[in-house]
Amino acid sequence: MTYPINTSRRGFLKGAAAVSAALVVGLRSDGVMAAGASADLTPFVRIGADGRVVAIIKHVEMGQGPSTGLTTLIAEELGVTMDQIDYDFAPSNPEVYNNLFFGPFQGTGGSTAMANSFMQYRQAGAAAREMLIAAAAAEWGVDPVGMDIVEGQIIGHGRSAPIGEFVALASQLPTPAEPRLRAPDEWRLIGKEGVAARKDSPAKVNGDAVFATDLQFDDQLVVAIARAPRMGAKVAGFDASGAAEISGFVDAQMLPDASGVAIYAEHTWAAFQAREMVEVTWDNTAAEMRSSDAIREQLLAGVNGTSEYDVVGDQADIAAAIDGAAQVIDQTFYFPLLAHAPMEPLTCTIVPHADGGAVLYDGAQFPTSGHFVLSQVLGLPMEKVQVKSLLAGGSFGRRANPTADYNLECAMAFAMTDRTRPLKLVWSREDDIRGGYYRPAFAHRVRVGLDEDGAIVGWHHRIAGQSIIKGTSFEQALVKDGVDHSSVEGTSDTPYAVPGMAVGLTDVDKATTVLWWRAVGHTHTAYAMESMMDLIAEATDTDPLALRLSMLPGDTPQQQRMSGVLTKVAEMVDWSAGAPDGRARGLAVHHSFGSYVAEVVEVSGVADDAVQVENVWAAIDCGIAVNPDVVRAQTEGAIGYGIGHAMRNTITLTEGEVDQTNFPDYEPMRISDIKAIEVGIVASAEAPTGVGEPGTPPSAPALANAIARAGGPRIVSLPMADHVGFA
Amino acid sequence: MATEFTLNGQTVSVTAEEGTPLLWVLRDELKLTGTKFGCGVASCGACTVHVDGEPARSCQTYVEDIAGAEVTTIEAMSDTRIGAAVQQAWVELDVVQCGYCQSGQIMSAVGLLSENPNPSAEDIDAYMWGNACRCATYQRIRKGVQRAAEILEA
Repeated sequence: MTYPINTSRRGFLKGAAAVSAALVVGLRSDGVMAAGASADLTPFVRIGADGRVVAIIKHVEMGQGPSTGLTTLIAEELGVTMDQIDYDFAPSNPEVYNNLFFGPFQGTGGSTAMANSFMQYRQAGAAAREMLIAAAAAEWGVDPVGMDIVEGQIIGHGRSAPIGEFVALASQLPTPAEPRLRAPDEWRLIGKEGVAARKDSPAKVNGDAVFATDLQFDDQLVVAIARAPRMGAKVAGFDASGAAEISGFVDAQMLPDASGVAIYAEHTWAAFQAREMVEVTWDNTAAEMRSSDAIREQLLAGVNGTSEYDVVGDQADIAAAIDGAAQVIDQTFYFPLLAHAPMEPLTCTIVPHADGGAVLYDGAQFPTSGHFVLSQVLGLPMEKVQVKSLLAGGSFGRRANPTADYNLECAMAFAMTDRTRPLKLVWSREDDIRGGYYRPAFAHRVRVGLDEDGAIVGWHHRIAGQSIIKGTSFEQALVKDGVDHSSVEGTSDTPYAVPGMAVGLTDVDKATTVLWWRAVGHTHTAYAMESMMDLIAEATDTDPLALRLSMLPGDTPQQQRMSGVLTKVAEMVDWSAGAPDGRARGLAVHHSFGSYVAEVVEVSGVADDAVQVENVWAAIDCGIAVNPDVVRAQTEGAIGYGIGHAMRNTITLTEGEVDQTNFPDYEPMRISDIKAIEVGIVASAEAPTGVGEPGTPPSAPALANAIARAGGPRIVSLPMADHVGFA
Repeated sequence: MATEFTLNGQTVSVTAEEGTPLLWVLRDELKLTGTKFGCGVASCGACTVHVDGEPARSCQTYVEDIAGAEVTTIEAMSDTRIGAAVQQAWVELDVVQCGYCQSGQIMSAVGLLSENPNPSAEDIDAYMWGNACRCATYQRIRKGVQRAAEILEA
């Protein structure tokens, strides 16, 4: 049986037809970019003798668009149309397909897919172009200077021929050391409107797309896990006798780390049903027994007094300066735990390989983590484990786990079988909502001192929360002097010119497992910063836009770009004209993942306690917008993700157990929640930066500012539905 | 227990136990994986199919309920006039992001356009409310339904 690894069955068949002669550009084992026909090269681009071009995508496609974006880079430099190029996902190989911003680690996260690939994929495409041109010039006996590839045809000296004719010869030629990249004025695809439709759209509208959960192996077993309801609880015992009546139930076994019981079945429904019939008793000796209220109290206590870590400035000096100010704004904020809840519940499949190894099929952001976990748990050398990437049905950070939690579960469950049958791990929505790895809860307390003229004399910003990085394999690399930067990013590095700023951080014990969630620390820091900006504007009777611009004097490129998106969104919405009758507008701006986004949210119904988001306008500066429509789509989605969660979502604990179960009590944002979104892109010649996340941070504070400006409450504790009614 | 029904125009017989959701019959027994599992409690719409021409949540439709019924899934939509128009609109506007919910979105959109060939934004919001999209592609879903209506009118 052949296992499909492309994202569409049709695409796979097309790819399989072009395996004989090929020109491949990729990396050699020593890390040098090289080209040839050699199978030893791990490719970024592969061109068949039939002229079909395949871009090899090193990042997972979870909706954010790398299958289109990185393909665009190859197509641009090579000189083919988007219809002449397919894509395939790279296998796990942390040396070749590493994220250049992460080190020797293959990973998708931090909105880096385009940013770290922009030069690498263009260089690969440019090398292929130069080699094909050199081959054609040699065959035609002409000078390669002045020749080009346009729409898949090599042209020059009055002749033209399809690239496929020169693939065999080109693959024998030396690799150009420094291929010439096309200049921006030559670009036909990068940054252009209407020329690069999403490559994954057709297969996603007819059922053809293959997500990790869609793999079906004839002889597969399915496993569901009865997981500990509290962090740290262990299986004390279990009784699976009741499951015997479930048709398709196979076996139940305690996982070797006692974190749960694996329930094996012939198909998914049998696994879920049998799990209901297995009675597990839990040992809560080491279990987390706190409730959310206690965690909240602990976090709020953590922002009083002097913080554990001085991140910026001297807390004592600044606090003293604020004490002597003419006016003090003192505001505390609280942000609850949040689940990612990607549309596709977590899943992966482990398939035994004929050589004694194993293949992991997954839609993971960190294939390197899964690769390592399988190697460890199955006792296999790394080279005997393969990881094949499939489409991920959303992720938002959840499938980027240093512990590779669900891969680990599947590997432990597979290891307990006779390892002859493929094993597919299935999570239900309840598993997902209750399964931990949440956006950590955070508290902020901000004291801002103003002088008689309303000028800021001090800004003391204390943050308390559960560190995402500490205790993980990333701690050594990412925690500096005790400070997990992801807890304070967006505040400690704000582009605003804030006179007398001190930022302190206090770490609080984790009561659940925590993880990065779309935009990570910026999800709470932007809310606190941008709510404070409006509070200062109110206190000083200043226009919110004017106040922000006054704190971005243009002394740094960051300040210039941040004021640039503010100016752009103000133009889009005609800010000075104000909102129509019965409506109010709120503004927020934030810098994250190298990009800048300003947003205006317009609400109605605040007086009737039936708040409706009528419009959202966003302006983004993400450097060169390689695929402008993907940038707009990501910003639209990021706004929905931010606003939807701020409106309604929270994960709470009662004696350590998660209270929420499924979408009815972790209500997703719905189509009627935002009536319209318009995204504008600031033209830029800077290198591309993130787009998957930066739209999220300003969305919730812009909504909060709109509600306050409409005469509603100043919401400083999320979710908003605790304080206002929504339409 | 064998259950016979019509699936995308073909008669099929399945052996699933009584009480098995149609969703799992489609995905695990018949290997038609375009219909997705999202929540299992009819709260997200990812599993939407048509039963006798009406959108239905296949996670809450049981195998015994579909004996003799006509079931249509996303895999057959390109063979229908409205389904093909919706798919064309979705591709034109690049509605999808991760795409996991889109089979269900399209099945619901086809249900809406079958009832109401020219829906307003409010009609779309009301009808499509139960189809969740965690990527929040809702702006484009709304425009996609309206674009499909235009295509069908032409």
